[in-house]
Amino acid sequence: MALTLDSKTPEGPLADKWDKHKFDLKLVAPHNRRKFEVIVVGSGLAGAAAAASLGEAGYNVSVFTYHDSPRRAHSIAAQGGINGAKNYKNDGDSIQRLFYDTIKGGDYRSRESNVYRLAQSSVNIIDQATAQGVPFAREYGGLLDNRSFGGAQVSRTFYARGQTGQQLLLGAYQALARQIQLGTVTLYNRMDMQDVVVHDGRAVGITARDLLTGEISAHSAHAVLLATGGYGNVYFLSTNAKACNVTATWRAHKKGAAFANPCFTQIHPTCIPPADEFQSKLTLMSESLRNDGRIWVPSAMEETRAPGEIQDADRDYFLERKYPAFGNLVPRDVASRNAKIVVDEGRGVGSLKNGVYLDFADSIGRLGKETIKARYGNLFDMYERITGEDPYSVPMRIYPATHYTMGGLWVDYNLQTTVPGLFALGEANFSDHGANRLGASALMQGLADGYFVAPSTVAGYLSGLLGDAPVETSHEAFTSSLASTQDMVDQLVAIKGTKTPDHYHRELGKLVWDYCGMSRSKAGLETALSEIPALREEFWKEVKVLGSGNGFNQSLEKALRIADFMEMAELKVSDALHREESCGGHFREEHQTPEGEALRDDEDFAYVAAWEYGGPDIHKDSILNKEPLIFDNVKLSQRSYK
Amino acid sequence: MSTTLNLKLKVWRQESADDVGAFEYYDVAVADDASFLEMLDYVNEGLILDDREPIAFDHDCREGICGSCSLMIDGQAHGPQKGTATCQLFMRKFSDGDEIVVEPWRAAGFPLVKDLAVNRAAFDRIIEAGGYISVNTGAAPDANITLVPKEAADAAMDAAACIGCGACVAACPNSAGNLFTAAKLQHLNLLPQGQPERLARTEAMVEKMEEFFGSCTNHGECQEACPKEISVDFIAMMNRDYLKAKLANRKRSGQKKFG
Repeated sequence: MALTLDSKTPEGPLADKWDKHKFDLKLVAPHNRRKFEVIVVGSGLAGAAAAASLGEAGYNVSVFTYHDSPRRAHSIAAQGGINGAKNYKNDGDSIQRLFYDTIKGGDYRSRESNVYRLAQSSVNIIDQATAQGVPFAREYGGLLDNRSFGGAQVSRTFYARGQTGQQLLLGAYQALARQIQLGTVTLYNRMDMQDVVVHDGRAVGITARDLLTGEISAHSAHAVLLATGGYGNVYFLSTNAKACNVTATWRAHKKGAAFANPCFTQIHPTCIPPADEFQSKLTLMSESLRNDGRIWVPSAMEETRAPGEIQDADRDYFLERKYPAFGNLVPRDVASRNAKIVVDEGRGVGSLKNGVYLDFADSIGRLGKETIKARYGNLFDMYERITGEDPYSVPMRIYPATHYTMGGLWVDYNLQTTVPGLFALGEANFSDHGANRLGASALMQGLADGYFVAPSTVAGYLSGLLGDAPVETSHEAFTSSLASTQDMVDQLVAIKGTKTPDHYHRELGKLVWDYCGMSRSKAGLETALSEIPALREEFWKEVKVLGSGNGFNQSLEKALRIADFMEMAELKVSDALHREESCGGHFREEHQTPEGEALRDDEDFAYVAAWEYGGPDIHKDSILNKEPLIFDNVKLSQRSYK
Repeated sequence: MSTTLNLKLKVWRQESADDVGAFEYYDVAVADDASFLEMLDYVNEGLILDDREPIAFDHDCREGICGSCSLMIDGQAHGPQKGTATCQLFMRKFSDGDEIVVEPWRAAGFPLVKDLAVNRAAFDRIIEAGGYISVNTGAAPDANITLVPKEAADAAMDAAACIGCGACVAACPNSAGNLFTAAKLQHLNLLPQGQPERLARTEAMVEKMEEFFGSCTNHGECQEACPKEISVDFIAMMNRDYLKAKLANRKRSGQKKFG
């Protein structure tokens, strides 16, 4: 059954759409709001902001997080900053320019109306966060400071040292804590969502597993908001936190929510290269470092000298050479792919020849060590702790790693998925970043969705349910969900196989990285499509989860998540195979310009691929639905950062 | 190139808060460029294959920012490297042949969950008591309308860097929560935006803290253990604010009574 993908984009000029839409949306009067139950899953920027804002408005909100505290969500790890089209620097920035940069940066695969609203909201986010006490960097006069970021020629990025995500999350978490204190929000910590409950075609609640006791419980609501992040950990090695997973969005997908553009994954250019086979995750170094660091590799393959001894003439500053206009600040996909090219050529650096240099010597010479330390001190310290090398005297070694997923649940302009009553916010949805996300835009999107978009659009949905009681958790829709969730837990514990959950996660990650990573080919993707189902089958026969389903069992938590990655990975590869073009983070070797740049096919692929779940044989059963992307306000062009 | 370290681990194992715990010993050979948590992952992989339950421990971002990881390592919160959370501690800080003792945070305010994992919900309760600026979404004025001296913003950021890991409590001989509470308070109390609620916030958070944690006797172990090297000066600032709060809030309630 094909879905009808109605984006519900409002009519009218781009700049007026959101105001017009807010006026057209029905409201819920203040005295009626307490009659509605809203579930928010996830407590990162999008989840905490939405829950706090809905709580402030007067709704009864329940927040679920698998962490011990909402403050630990992975938004906390974002380093560099958040974009805001304030034009405080008087350098020509505007909402229109942030909108344009984001559309272009996303390689024209995002929806104009959503992106424009994001740029509009960016201004309010900076105000909101500042009022909450987020200690953004300041100039000596007491005004807010800005810096520039990849993919932009203006300085519009607000930052709090190298811990911008942490500070913004603490702002949202504190707003959430205030609502918990006031009684409008109930916190369920260490609770892992397992399923979306759908009744009569609407989302009516969730089931969740208590990670301490193993008890699976049902929770009913008028609307469910998923703010559960991305699926980057499908690669096993990524910059995501260890617990980040696809379970919430994947299970929602299996209940009817279309999954959009799963092949769009961002590979971040500035991460620390892997050191050995125990590596459990990769560490990102903020791309703000590219403001003052110069990226280079030796010109010669057989170079053996230490970096400091290599003369300028024998260095290849490949980004500055190929992209003089943007230089080291080209967008992430371009920087990543070029690093891969030089490493594949055999010009990589470090003992495993798996990185490129990010060199601060020139900046230290020009600005002094103290200035560099003030800007990036914590990042330099982190690098030193991990590698044992001092980046003030030896260039950093960096290499791309999976960082963010642009794909996610398909949502309309209201952030509602194809299941009425089920909303997706932040990285969990697909809507704003197209095929590539610009730096300092993830924080912006999470907070825009959470603070400003969802509170209006969710109210619009709820207004139609006035007078309806939430579905009782004794209803069959809930009891069957509880039973199937319990069944999955019981099955995993009963296998008692021979290999650990992590073993399977590593194997899966290696397949997806090799065949659906920075560069993809038809042959490689087809290989992955034959190997992933076999690995999944083996997982369900051979995985070894000790202990029981009752009680704190971290192996079981992992196994439940890996089971979903095993299915999702296949959809991701299917999507990559079907998209016969290169765009943003999706680089198909068959589709490139003579200079090796991504070659889009706007004629055939200017659409959102929204996949509908069709059955367990993911590649064959999934049904493709297309939402054409219409560009009324920007002209599609070959991206050029030269 | 990495070298291999042969280590003996002495790890606290305890099924739940209601059970009796004990140390267990494990031999492990690990590369010195593995992180401490990767070393534990590796031990766990071996335990699972050996039909023994893996060691439970909290962790997530492994970048030293989420505050999930904990661990007393050889009696030091987050181990031997100063200003470093356990997840950012690498095995090159240890030597071949070392015996390493690994324990959970031990504090009445942090009840044990299992093995090395503890419950730090008390910190959330302290924030809920007043660790925020009361501003509803949408009510904010332009961000540059209030000038914040750079020194104030920097000092607030120094305090705001707290990751809420609980090392300060674990390191304190009294299991006091003062460094955490002071950092959270002074982040807000140092900023112009935080002034209207400054005294009410201080009183509420300090008194909530005292429900869970012991009293501060100025050992300064917390500052030494803090992975973000947050200064005990913030505790002094908190104490001043608390004193002021007790006087001012009393006066205010008196005024209410008579006026």
